[in-house]
Amino acid sequence: MEKAKPWRVLAIESSCDESAAAVLDEHRGLLAHRLFTQIALHRRYGGVVPELASRDHVRRLLPLVRGVLHESQSGPRELRGVAYTAGPGLAGALLTGAALARSLAYAWGVPAVGVHHLEGHLLATRLEAEPPPFPHVALLVSGGHTLLAEVLAVGRYRVLGETRDDAAGEAFDKTAKLLGLPYPGGPELARLADEGHAGALKFPRPMLDRPGLEFSFSGLKTAVLHAVRDRTLSEASRRDVACAVQEAIVETLVAKALRALEATGLEVLVVCGGVAANRLLRERLAREVHARGGRVHYPRLELCTDNAAMIAVAGLARLRAGEQDDLGIRARAQWPLESLRPIEP
Amino acid sequence: MTSPRLPNRMAGSHPRILALDTATEACSAAVLTRERTVSRYLELDRGHSEHILGMVDAVLAEAGLGLGDLDAVAFGRGPGAFTGARLAASVAQGLAFGAGLPVVAISDLRALAQRALDDAPAVLSVIVCADARMQEVYWACYRRDPRGLAEPYEDGEHVGAPQSVEPPEGLVRPAQGLGRGFLSYPQLGERLAGRLDAIRGDWLPRAEEIARLAAADLAAGHSVSPEEAVPIYLRNEVARPARGGTD
Repeated sequence: MEKAKPWRVLAIESSCDESAAAVLDEHRGLLAHRLFTQIALHRRYGGVVPELASRDHVRRLLPLVRGVLHESQSGPRELRGVAYTAGPGLAGALLTGAALARSLAYAWGVPAVGVHHLEGHLLATRLEAEPPPFPHVALLVSGGHTLLAEVLAVGRYRVLGETRDDAAGEAFDKTAKLLGLPYPGGPELARLADEGHAGALKFPRPMLDRPGLEFSFSGLKTAVLHAVRDRTLSEASRRDVACAVQEAIVETLVAKALRALEATGLEVLVVCGGVAANRLLRERLAREVHARGGRVHYPRLELCTDNAAMIAVAGLARLRAGEQDDLGIRARAQWPLESLRPIEP
Repeated sequence: MTSPRLPNRMAGSHPRILALDTATEACSAAVLTRERTVSRYLELDRGHSEHILGMVDAVLAEAGLGLGDLDAVAFGRGPGAFTGARLAASVAQGLAFGAGLPVVAISDLRALAQRALDDAPAVLSVIVCADARMQEVYWACYRRDPRGLAEPYEDGEHVGAPQSVEPPEGLVRPAQGLGRGFLSYPQLGERLAGRLDAIRGDWLPRAEEIARLAAADLAAGHSVSPEEAVPIYLRNEVARPARGGTD
């Protein structure tokens, strides 16, 4: 009898300002992944312009798809499905990827499945040589999301806490903007902070004094606005402000992550999303989590930020479990993580 | 897997085309072959994405064809609703790339003009004014070519206020005003009344005229790769740059 063809999938991501494509094989792992970031396109507007993001995706996605198919030597004969980010995110941007992916799958006669963007982030560490065991606590921190979740298995997530307003990465970017740093600013703010004096200034840590695992970062932006308003800051005081901002964000994230480990009795913490690249956050978590006998896992840096490889991981798991979309092309700007169907092993 | 693709011997003079359009309230798909045209057409305020691929599947099934039997995929590339024109482009890209076919991008204004020319053989030229919202219209003028196809006048497609619509000097008569711009902005028809012989404000572009125009364009070599299948928006000022990094 002919041996069953291995599961190999194409994945497409277009939920915000990155266009990406990837090919993942269940045995051979990640065969190719490519990404185009629109940062330069949005910089002059000081933030992502949804319509411009959509206009760019429709030009970028297919060349990226062609690239990863070529690089992985994959065609309709090798591929068994197509996964795409169906939400949450910018509706128009999501729709470009969803329409391309669904139509490609139709043309190839293979199933397609819409993937939850955050499930992708939560599963990005599955691509590492030693993925973290289940269950574990995940801290997802990016420009669009701040979330603590208990990851029980692929497809089974319990949200422990979320931000009530700005995401952590958004807090980095917005305060960077107040300091006159070019968009997106967060990483640059972190660099500036490394040269500042810790303790020269102190900003509030909202929600830290209260129990629970919810976050709030919009107050921080207001505090920074008050600190810098109507003043010409010296280079040194800009560094000190940056340092204090980073301290406030990192201390909040670390404290809540530890609280989540304590509340669940788990030892393994996974940190993902763009802010997972932050050096201070990594140092503090290493120290604090190790001190409690736990350990911290991160996806490799290029898989911390938005990418299609993580969508391929979630998509492959769901396609292999028999999930597939009908011919409707759907994007969901809002999509609760806990509404996802668990995947039977 | 799929059977090897049989070349369509009628390619050139009678290509087989799949066309789709979602750029306006209309959502449509059609298959054109030498023998006939099979089509589906719906008018919807929203939800084109939910229906379009099912409509493509239905017309292919009714025509008894697979994507591999076609010569090209055509789509309405706008101008129209931004999201709608992009949806059609993305679907056309996926289908064409997946099946190894070229793409023909057809103007939605021209597709609408074609509908009028096919409907009234006496009409020789058309001013198409589609409602572009925000007190503006997308507009362009077309004349009937010797094959009966809508040929654009040299000045091309425009977006602007209804009072900016200005048909070319040599517009041949009988001329028809066409498109929902005439319904939304009645002053448009009043102003152009002396230069038009009839006005038809209810029609929207359809995939079957897109397929018909695409067959001619394909024969003339006007096809693109799937990657180049992108919408035309006309309206390009969609955001204002931020003030000096503050705000």
